[in-house]
Amino acid sequence: MRTDERQPILKVKNLSVTLPKGSDRPYAVNDVSFDLKPGEILCIVGESGSGKSVLSSALMGAVPEGLKVAGGQVLLEDKDLTRLSERAFRAIRGRDIAMIFQEPMASLNPAMTVADQIEEVFLLHSEFDAAERAKRARALVEAMRLPNPDRILKAYPHQLSGGQCQRVVIAMALAMSPRILIADEPTTALDVTTQAQVLKLIGELRDVHGHGIVFITHDFGVVADIADRVAVMKHGEIVEIGEAKQVLTAPQHPYTQALIAAVPSLDPHDRPAAAEADPVLAVRGLQHSYGALAVLKDIDLSLAPGRVVSIVGESGCGKSTLAKAMIRLIEAKGGRVEVAGTDILALPSKKLEKYRRTIQMIFQDPFGSLNPRRRVGPMIARAARLAGASSTEARRRTEELLDLVGLHKSAYWRKPGAFSGGQRQRIGIARALAMQPDVLIADESVSALDVSVQAQVLALLRDLQERLQLAIVFITHDLRVAAQISDEIVVMQKGEIVERGTAAMVLQAPSHPYTKTLLEAAPGRSTF
Amino acid sequence: MRKFLSPYLSSPITVIGGLLSLGWLLVALLAPVLAPYDPIKTLMPLAKPGALNPAGGTFWLGTDMLGRDILSRLIYGARTVVVFATLATLTAYFVGVTLGLAAGYWRGRLDAVLSYFANVVLSFPVLVLYIVIIVVIGSSPFNIILAVTFGSAPAIFRIVRGITIDVASRDYVSAAITQGESAWRIMLFDILPTASGPLAVDFCLRLGYTAITIGTLGFLGLGLPPPTPDWGTMVNEGRGMAIAFPHLVIFPCLAISSLMLGLSLLADGLREVSDAQGRRA
Repeated sequence: MRTDERQPILKVKNLSVTLPKGSDRPYAVNDVSFDLKPGEILCIVGESGSGKSVLSSALMGAVPEGLKVAGGQVLLEDKDLTRLSERAFRAIRGRDIAMIFQEPMASLNPAMTVADQIEEVFLLHSEFDAAERAKRARALVEAMRLPNPDRILKAYPHQLSGGQCQRVVIAMALAMSPRILIADEPTTALDVTTQAQVLKLIGELRDVHGHGIVFITHDFGVVADIADRVAVMKHGEIVEIGEAKQVLTAPQHPYTQALIAAVPSLDPHDRPAAAEADPVLAVRGLQHSYGALAVLKDIDLSLAPGRVVSIVGESGCGKSTLAKAMIRLIEAKGGRVEVAGTDILALPSKKLEKYRRTIQMIFQDPFGSLNPRRRVGPMIARAARLAGASSTEARRRTEELLDLVGLHKSAYWRKPGAFSGGQRQRIGIARALAMQPDVLIADESVSALDVSVQAQVLALLRDLQERLQLAIVFITHDLRVAAQISDEIVVMQKGEIVERGTAAMVLQAPSHPYTKTLLEAAPGRSTF
Repeated sequence: MRKFLSPYLSSPITVIGGLLSLGWLLVALLAPVLAPYDPIKTLMPLAKPGALNPAGGTFWLGTDMLGRDILSRLIYGARTVVVFATLATLTAYFVGVTLGLAAGYWRGRLDAVLSYFANVVLSFPVLVLYIVIIVVIGSSPFNIILAVTFGSAPAIFRIVRGITIDVASRDYVSAAITQGESAWRIMLFDILPTASGPLAVDFCLRLGYTAITIGTLGFLGLGLPPPTPDWGTMVNEGRGMAIAFPHLVIFPCLAISSLMLGLSLLADGLREVSDAQGRRA
């Protein structure tokens, strides 16, 4: 029973922001209206390109260059913020409205200590003397539940973890007790367990201090955990707005329905039972270290054809190093990686070029993994040629693969720039498959994609895997994604495998405390 | 073609730079047609610009103290500059790009050794370096190209090495490696094209520097052996009488400056277009 009788502190009326001429649509934000009450978290959800970030920057009076607020009002009390001069707005930012950004490291000054950065806010907006500033900065850091405040205050951003940095950013945002907080994907760059802590903190700000919070996110799990009300954006418009519970459980608009249906469930997907087969991939005692820091400690793994194992863990657990070591992009310090009976790690480099074919990788970043200057068809055909196909055979296989991953024939002569993130990931999959590998490693291959696209790419991978009897090592930080695709799940922490088992076992009856923590931290688990 | 050229044609800087550079290139190519006289034949000493040749015709830019027509010498001098500057820059590029790619791609000891050597060469003032080299190995067309290659390649090496290190860490290079693509194909097809924008800009600028260098060497008496028409040598020879006969010096200087200006403007224009394309990508 929160605040419904209270007056809104922020009213947005028919706000429109235009995009530069020649963009794919005329408005980044089109005729958007909503209210924000004190002590309320309004989540604005949308996929990439929905205009949610532009909306947040418009509320802060800082739309990106080339864009323009074309109409409507942003009313703080009775002041229309869209009509304020830059000078007048500066007094409001930090004092009445404050913002929290996605990249905590990037929003802090690397050359200033935490204490100096927080005190700077007071220097700009208040008349406090030095002692008072220091006292208040300390109080803020303490309020953020940061361990050992003395150390944190003296630290530079690079000495803190991502979660600690984000809490410092929130502390700075709260310095002048603004009534309104605008948080743009504040937990997206954080690990799930850290995310859970920061979400809890933001929830407390609402409950204890009565801040009105506009929380921008793409993640329905986060929405389910934190939102009082939800606005769903598509192509710059709010297609649905309402109480969180109602929007999440009984969405009215078809777009909202589709988005919510695409949220991967934590229940393991039904998988055919394991057929008896010799493993095609066998990793034995794989080790790696950076200097004195051991990042892979005796990793064992085995995988039969047609099976999928997910390797789950938080950043720094060694899962990406494991992928790179398996495919020999880095030279492991010890152990064996046998693919179809051949130890990849023992091959001299000339011979290795021939065996590369057998183990292929789909990369994380759909934008970085394709050379922007090369045409799609020849790029895939080149992979087929390297696997030993003749040039006519390579051409034919490429056309088949484009079809198989759901791309049109015309994709052949186009460059990666002409495709969306999801389409590029399909091209990456086609390129890996062109070599007809025995083992496919997918390193966070759907993490950079919107949920609806993510669901499509996962479905594609599942389909290909069944048809081609591929063995897939699926590396992810996201238990939901792992649940959708895995036969087995392996949980890694600090370079070690702490738990392994069938997907159902690990997700429904985890035995290791770390696995339990991960599962509890998964956002929105009570709803989805 | 039209689509490819249009971003360049819309910038006046690029057009002026391009026209100046292209103009000198044409002059060099068409020298035998354009030059009114034989550039090394003695006709009439120290004629003023516009003076009439008793044998018929006009010395539009005058003659030097050996009686050779300055206009004809400038026109043939363009040949010297264009040929030698281009050749020297190309060889410098060949060396710098090859070593830069190798060092940036493989890193390790190879990179350490090459970078160290490049830094040593770069720590010398370029001109001093050229003078020392030419004095030691003697002045000949081949040696001038050798000296310029030696002096310029380290700078090109550094540019290419830097870009290679950056690009080599991208996923598409990793993807090529995991496909078993050979190292030289990765360097040539995945890495080098990415570097082409900055390199095109640097090429134009360096061509200009090299033209000046060749001029300077000529001016210092270390250039091509006489009587090859060479702008730098012309300035040097006319230096003593420049007060009385300024035309001996002014016209070769104008030639050098206009070529240099053209190439610099062209480089600026290319950089603008390349930056704009970089922003869009």
